[in-house]
Amino acid sequence: MFATVIGALNVGFLQTLKLFAVTLLGAIPLGLIVSFGSMSRWAPLGRPVKWFLAKTRREAGGCSRFLMGLRPISLLTRLLVWVIRGTPLMLQLIILYYVPGKILDQSPWGSGETGRFLASAIAFIINYSCYFSEIYRGGIQGVPVGQQEAGMVLGMTKSQIFFKVTLLQMIKRIVPPMSNEIITLVKDTSIARIISMQEVIWAGYAFMKGSHGYSGLLWPLFFTGVYYLAFNGFLTLFFGWIERKLSYFR
Amino acid sequence: MPILEVHHIEKHFGTTRVLEDISFSLEEGRALAIIGSSGSGKTTLLRCLNFLETPDRGQILVRGKTLFDAADPATQRENEIRKKRLHFGMVFQSFHLFPQYTALENVTLAPQLLAEERPDFKSARREICGEIERRGKELLDQMGLADRAGHYPHQLSGGQQQRVAIARALAMKPDILCFDEPTSALDPELTGEVLKVIRSLAEQKTTMIIVTHEMAFARDVADQVIFMDRGVIVEQGEARQVIERPARERTRQFLARYAQQ
Repeated sequence: MFATVIGALNVGFLQTLKLFAVTLLGAIPLGLIVSFGSMSRWAPLGRPVKWFLAKTRREAGGCSRFLMGLRPISLLTRLLVWVIRGTPLMLQLIILYYVPGKILDQSPWGSGETGRFLASAIAFIINYSCYFSEIYRGGIQGVPVGQQEAGMVLGMTKSQIFFKVTLLQMIKRIVPPMSNEIITLVKDTSIARIISMQEVIWAGYAFMKGSHGYSGLLWPLFFTGVYYLAFNGFLTLFFGWIERKLSYFR
Repeated sequence: MPILEVHHIEKHFGTTRVLEDISFSLEEGRALAIIGSSGSGKTTLLRCLNFLETPDRGQILVRGKTLFDAADPATQRENEIRKKRLHFGMVFQSFHLFPQYTALENVTLAPQLLAEERPDFKSARREICGEIERRGKELLDQMGLADRAGHYPHQLSGGQQQRVAIARALAMKPDILCFDEPTSALDPELTGEVLKVIRSLAEQKTTMIIVTHEMAFARDVADQVIFMDRGVIVEQGEARQVIERPARERTRQFLARYAQQ
């Protein structure tokens, strides 16, 4: 019995790990793009309105000040981050998985485990990239402006300043909050169970309902906790190692 | 011809005017000290010269060539400004060393990145990088930091950090080296070593602009002095003249406050 349960839980945990890894691979870079979006200072109406005011010899009023200060990219990104962080991931996943099928005649996700995994991965990537973006933003804005200015007066380009000066300092700053968020992600993968993705909790629960010839078994569900605990223990050690690696500077 | 000419610079932050009709010139090999109380616009002026702020009016010329003209957008293109900055070196009040690099790496990073743009970089990489490193060591040696080349900034004292920052600025071979209150963030016992280095640069005829609160130092090291108050130049002239026999009442009041301390 024990071997059967462990075998089934292993299969489930493999799916958990897959969702975890795919989410990280997607959300780590996408979060950077989202954070750049929310920090975008692009104000397309700034110059035209200034020019119009100068041309018509008018003073800047409330309306023109609003238009000049309008940063559409930043505004839209912050709106997105607000919605995604402001609603439950479970709800987002349900909407993403079921609503397209209601609008179209047929669900784009299909009925198999592949479709459930794909839908989960997309929902998780979007959700986590919004959380990551805020951590990144804190990390980038936490690096003193003086660092950028020092790079500028030395004739570095913007990308040189980012990659050679800011990036590592930013990484050092974001390791603790990121490790927090990533450990949360390990546990959040269980949310995919709501659309019946067959991750480890699903696998444990199956032994209660009846599976592999057993039913009414409680302990497999409780035992899934050991998987989470062990994996998060490993992650904790890993992040501690990164922190030590980066402790050579302040 | 003066190495630097500044004509009628004006700068506003919102509705506050921080610089008004700033004009001066500097000959090659001379040191200019800018004195004045906090908030008088000294730092903003230096930042304008380094293109960290964009003046609303005025021109900046180096060796007779117009680097910046507020009335001419063609002089304000982003990619050219990067190169124009190299005419000026900047030493900040709080050093701004890159914490993840050693003292030597701080000095050699920017020259290496600039060298990568050279057409012959790929073929002569080894020689170019070797030369940059040799010069970096030489500069650190000149700053009295030969034995600190491998140290990270947090392992250095404030005075040592500021000397690394000076070496870093010198590594780009600027025409004019700017100091923004280089000793204001230092403990009193550490200011001496930094002032000594700046003094020796002056003896080597480095063209410098030094914003400072050290009056005795300005008098001894600078050739000319500008006294600023509330965004305008109140008085400028020969260093000893301005500091020992100021012509204006405002300058006299300012210096008297220093004499009392």
